[in-house]
Amino acid sequence: MNDLALIGPILAAMFAAATPLLFAALGELVVEKSGVLNLGVEGMMLVGAVCGFAVAVQTGSATTGFLVAALAGAATASLFAVLTLFLLANQVATGLALTLFGVGLSALIGQGFVGIPLEGLPKLYIPGLTDLPVVGQALFGQDVMVYLSVAAVPLVHLFLYRTRAGLVLRAVGENHTAAHALGYKVLRIRFLAVLFGGAMAGLGGAFLSMDYTPMWAENMTSGRGWIALALVVFATWKPARAMLGAWLFGGVTILQLHVQGLGIDVPSQLLSMLPYLATVLVLVLISRDVARIRLNAPACLGKLFHPDA
Amino acid sequence: MPSHAETSPTDAPPPRLELRGITKRFPGCLANDHVDLVLQPGEIHALLGENGAGKSTLVKMIYGVLHPDSGSMLWQGVETVVPDPAGARRLGIGMVFQHFSLFDTLTVTENIALGLDGAGPMDQLADRIRTVSERYGLALDPGRHVFHLSVGERQRVEIVRCLLQDPKLLIMDEPTSVLTPQEAAKLFETLRVLAAEGCTILYISHKLEEIRALCSRATVLRAGKVVGAADPRQETARSLAEMMMGAELSIPERPPQGAAGAARLSVRHLSTTSDNPFATNLKDVSFEVRAGEILGIAGVAGNGQAELMAALSGEALLADAGSVVIEGVSAGQMGPRARRGLGLAFVPEERLGRGAVPELSLSENALLSGYAREPLVRGGMVHFARARAYAETIIRGFNVVAHGHRAEARSLSGGNLQKFIIGREILQKPKLLVVGQPTWGVDAGAAAAIHKALIDLARSGAAVLVISQDLDELFVLSDRISVLFHGRLSDSRPTHETTVERIGLLMGGLFGTPPDEDGEITRAV
Repeated sequence: MNDLALIGPILAAMFAAATPLLFAALGELVVEKSGVLNLGVEGMMLVGAVCGFAVAVQTGSATTGFLVAALAGAATASLFAVLTLFLLANQVATGLALTLFGVGLSALIGQGFVGIPLEGLPKLYIPGLTDLPVVGQALFGQDVMVYLSVAAVPLVHLFLYRTRAGLVLRAVGENHTAAHALGYKVLRIRFLAVLFGGAMAGLGGAFLSMDYTPMWAENMTSGRGWIALALVVFATWKPARAMLGAWLFGGVTILQLHVQGLGIDVPSQLLSMLPYLATVLVLVLISRDVARIRLNAPACLGKLFHPDA
Repeated sequence: MPSHAETSPTDAPPPRLELRGITKRFPGCLANDHVDLVLQPGEIHALLGENGAGKSTLVKMIYGVLHPDSGSMLWQGVETVVPDPAGARRLGIGMVFQHFSLFDTLTVTENIALGLDGAGPMDQLADRIRTVSERYGLALDPGRHVFHLSVGERQRVEIVRCLLQDPKLLIMDEPTSVLTPQEAAKLFETLRVLAAEGCTILYISHKLEEIRALCSRATVLRAGKVVGAADPRQETARSLAEMMMGAELSIPERPPQGAAGAARLSVRHLSTTSDNPFATNLKDVSFEVRAGEILGIAGVAGNGQAELMAALSGEALLADAGSVVIEGVSAGQMGPRARRGLGLAFVPEERLGRGAVPELSLSENALLSGYAREPLVRGGMVHFARARAYAETIIRGFNVVAHGHRAEARSLSGGNLQKFIIGREILQKPKLLVVGQPTWGVDAGAAAAIHKALIDLARSGAAVLVISQDLDELFVLSDRISVLFHGRLSDSRPTHETTVERIGLLMGGLFGTPPDEDGEITRAV
């Protein structure tokens, strides 16, 4: 059947669509586990996207592009970290400002790069496996960044739940006063977490501009940073659930494109809304389980910390 | 550093810790003023003083959380600077905090690992925890999450965390304020074993009887200065309290209760359910408080006190309106304001954040609960002159030490803020007052004043309900005592017919009443 043949490409596209979300959400998850709420994900993704794209165009090296994107994301995040951690600015307001700043800065940097084409990353090809029906393309025909994003899930989980550094990070997010009394450097730990979050957001943005749709356009993340933030809550701060959430969102995004392609008589604007509606719906459902959220939410999320207070 | 620890037992060993002229200044206050303190190996040394006397500041400097402005510290005879808590732990200084420094959503092992430097792999650490907890009789399950634990168990986590580092000096800040008398007795055994092994224990407590039983030396601080030293075994609780206060202590007498009046508060078959996994649900709680009496509800924190307070104050609305009856009106569905209208006043356990808004001035805080009963608001506009006058009345009437009505609530010491909050409620002449932990962390002088105010209120005809973990307090205040355990309430007993030991056993869960497996018996009424 024609329908069955569609499933393979849809699956493959779903994983790709989920990748930028997964990068950004994993980064933000670590940030929030340390007790910091950075609403500037969208801005950091855009700065990462434009910097990665610009460098990749100039140097012709995708690797350099992604590295610079991560650095640019981290640099943007460091701005947030200095303001909120050391100057005690309100995290919500600063995060919102960071997004606005990122939109503007990326548009400025990207002025000369609009309309320039770039070649995406090469796709993996394993004879036999990649040719498998239905799942071959989706599982064995992606590019390296897709695999990296998936590999980051167990890595983040191991870091948070199996290493001492991860334990300290969770402790800081849970009770910063107690962590400080035990002698942990709350601000330093949070600073590093925020930088990591920025780097991951930068990678997610660069995946969009260098690979998913290899070109630069203003505001090309179109709200994915916000979806990533929602995913962290959806995942109740658990990396594996964040991956599921990213796939769900990616899946709905791709599905609505295909539905539009089939020419079904539904306004396209309504279909474009679907992924966002799905996010809202899932968040509402998740929020009903108060117990799960209480057990996993970092108790100090969004609270300012001053060592002498 | 560890090499300095070698002290030969023959020639007189240096003191474990010696403080010389330690001074610490905070903006607007001199917290420690040339404090000298000598701690010998193997002694249990009490540090006494009222709230704000500088005890916490002093021990925080020993533990490296704060740093002295001047003065020196000799650790086993060698001048030492403790840079941070990790440095203190390396020296062999352990500290059990008054407000536990635990992380609710982490396991016991994870919590302990956080306070240990070089803790090693988790499963090995879990084995070490089991070994140490068995050796000192501190039963603990390393794999459990902290929010499941009772307060006594939480404290054990802190103590085991210290013991795993083979401490030479263990600082305990108010360790028994949350324990049942039996748990406290067990803790004392552990501390005596530790001291016998050569560990020095610096013990901070407001419970003077305990200090007399446990400690061999005491240093008394007042307003940041050392004002005396004593052998607590040779003193009475009263003489120790007077040393701390520098004044005579008047302990309130509870005049015999007159004929109990009408029931002002009736709680009937109150049960709660909560989405909060940290909550304790109340199970079929029934009791009455009559005009002119004080009912005390004892129990270790976390056995449903917070839920009972919320159900009584109106913060939590109840499914059955008839389960809380105030002055004959079914109030279970009423919010806090409507219940206040019926004559209820309440003083929550958390002073800052619930009893008072930390950032607001005292007159603004007086306004918050007083506006309805006192004419402080006219046509929706605040009458500030009256609010100020009301705050001043409270400050004068209850001897609140504060820089006038403009002082921010958070700038007051715990005892003074509590006097202010209780004064605010009492001056509104409530028919029924519900108080949670009236003297938690409050020094002897302020506690006596608060107790007197509560007794006077009851004798003037109000009904008073006191929910407290402090048995001594309940025995001073209450006409009858009940015990809350795992969300169930025991029958009440007249205070003069029971003993601290029997109430203590009930607090540990040994209800003397016939066991009601699923509440069937009481429910069958």
